[in-house]
Amino acid sequence: MNIITIEHIAKIYQVGTEEVHALADVSLKIDKGEYVAIMGPSGSGKSTLMNILGCLDTPTKGIYNFNDVNVSQMNDNELAKIRNKEIGFVFQTFNLLARSDALHNVELPLIYAGVPSYDRKERAKEALAHVGLADRMHHRPNELSGGQRQRVAIARALVTKPSIILADEPTGNLDTKTGEDIMALFNEIYEQGNTIILVTHEEYIAEHAERILRIRDGLIEKDEHVKARYIPKKNGESKI
Amino acid sequence: MKDFLFELREGFSISFRAIRANKIRSILTTLGIVIGVTSVVLMSTAIKGIDNAFQTGVASLGSDNLYIDKWEWFNNDVPWWELRNRKNMDLQDYEKFKQLAKLPLATAPTVWSFQGVKNKDKVVDQVMIQGTNEEYIKTTNLSFSEGRFFNELESNGGRNVIVLGSDIAKTLFPQGYALDQEVKLKGHKFKVVGVLEVQGSWVMGNFNPDKQVFIPIQNVFKYFQNESFRSVTINVRAKNSQMVEATKEEAVGLMRRVRGLAYNEENDFSINQQEGLLNTINETVGVIQIAGLFITGLSLFVGAIGIMNIMFVSVKERTKEIGIRKAIGAKRRTILGQFITESAVICLFGGLIGLGIATLLSLIVNQFLPTSVQIDAVILAITISIITGVLSGFAPAYTAAKLDPVEALRYE
Repeated sequence: MNIITIEHIAKIYQVGTEEVHALADVSLKIDKGEYVAIMGPSGSGKSTLMNILGCLDTPTKGIYNFNDVNVSQMNDNELAKIRNKEIGFVFQTFNLLARSDALHNVELPLIYAGVPSYDRKERAKEALAHVGLADRMHHRPNELSGGQRQRVAIARALVTKPSIILADEPTGNLDTKTGEDIMALFNEIYEQGNTIILVTHEEYIAEHAERILRIRDGLIEKDEHVKARYIPKKNGESKI
Repeated sequence: MKDFLFELREGFSISFRAIRANKIRSILTTLGIVIGVTSVVLMSTAIKGIDNAFQTGVASLGSDNLYIDKWEWFNNDVPWWELRNRKNMDLQDYEKFKQLAKLPLATAPTVWSFQGVKNKDKVVDQVMIQGTNEEYIKTTNLSFSEGRFFNELESNGGRNVIVLGSDIAKTLFPQGYALDQEVKLKGHKFKVVGVLEVQGSWVMGNFNPDKQVFIPIQNVFKYFQNESFRSVTINVRAKNSQMVEATKEEAVGLMRRVRGLAYNEENDFSINQQEGLLNTINETVGVIQIAGLFITGLSLFVGAIGIMNIMFVSVKERTKEIGIRKAIGAKRRTILGQFITESAVICLFGGLIGLGIATLLSLIVNQFLPTSVQIDAVILAITISIITGVLSGFAPAYTAAKLDPVEALRYE
């Protein structure tokens, strides 16, 4: 079953009098349970594609069907609802609320989903335990290491049980070893049947996925299957 | 509705976090509102205090009373030089009027003089001495804490008897027991036959019975001034409030006769009543109210601008946070609600602090002016601060709600 079906989408920005084609013409399908890496140099349009895939932005042209619903013409509030329920974001810079502790950060999407307080706390705790941070619930981001912050972000992405996890350079701000831990965590999440879209510019990170989309100049240059997928070893921090 | 309440509650908890995180800024921001609300509450209680004081003062005149006098008390319809040229009223006018008038419940002549009142070494200077007769008490609502008013015999005989207002009695006889004691007016001994109960109306100044003493009218003329020098006022009390107009009409007709006016001559007397004073007071209070409203409105406005300004800064500063919230599913109205709630909560805090300060200050003001912060002032303060918060928070909240999540996430 296709979660994502994109047909001939384009994103055109007006910069002064000039039109910039951030995405020229992109079509692609992503199945449920796939682990896809999107690769490309900066300026290739991969960020624009990720924003559209994440329903943070809408395409200028073309059709984007998410779970068989056309989201390409939706307004702000409808998109917010999709993002809330269907998409889990993991960012390079973690993007946690600095003034809130880990638990509240993980609770946040549930707050916006209207989940009552008690239920919300339970689910957030569960998600934090899932990423191995049961004992760090009441720590604020500045009291956590980079790897732990990214785990909180992953717990936040998982807590609503979304259709896809969208990770934008999730290891970009981490050292190699911690990065590997995070990739191991993604691998586990993938093995549990989640759909993951990973945006990266590093070849060895992309090779964790089973499929790589290479973007250049707003077009898909290559859509390839990874023959020898790199399966990371657990370094012990996560406790699934 | 349930959604709205839910979002409101979350908005509260989010705004409490934000306020706690920016304590000093929140306190400084609130200052404008604190001052605004303090002045609103103080002003409204003060105005109410002034109004109350005036009203009780007016009530002490008695709504059923008419005062026939050479002078026009409250209105300025007749120029003062014409008033001055009117013939003085005298006791004969009073006697004739009293005989002819059928409608009044009671009529009494009054004339006043300022004198010092002495009890041994205790002196009250410049006391308003009301010279009148035994009928006077029937034209008022005065009551006694001790003794009685002087009677007809004492009045007609011009005896040296005196009734003391409560303030005067308290000063001259701090221990009480004024009855049957003697006080001296300009060296003349007077026996105290009665002490009035506290009337408690500060606003009338010397017209406050608490600060007056009463003696038979003849003694005023005998000891203090020439009868021809002072004009007599005739106090007339109607039987009841429905009779006031009829009594007044009768009084006008009779007084024209008493004063011997020809049909083409204008009245050379005025009939004063509470209504005239009431109108003057309402005008005055109205002016005070408008001025007060304007000043407090201005200070609130300044406070509101402060809040708006700081909320704009806050939105700018938290652009990234807004981006994160939007990315994980906050709708426009959620963000809008969050910032409006935050601004309203800050203002509400300010309002409550202002209310507290105003309550304390009103205790001080109460020394000069009977005021107290009533429940309506509390409601006023809370409502005003919430409204101010919502209004001044709206524009910043709207800009926050409209932010593009992609742009906002990119903001550093």
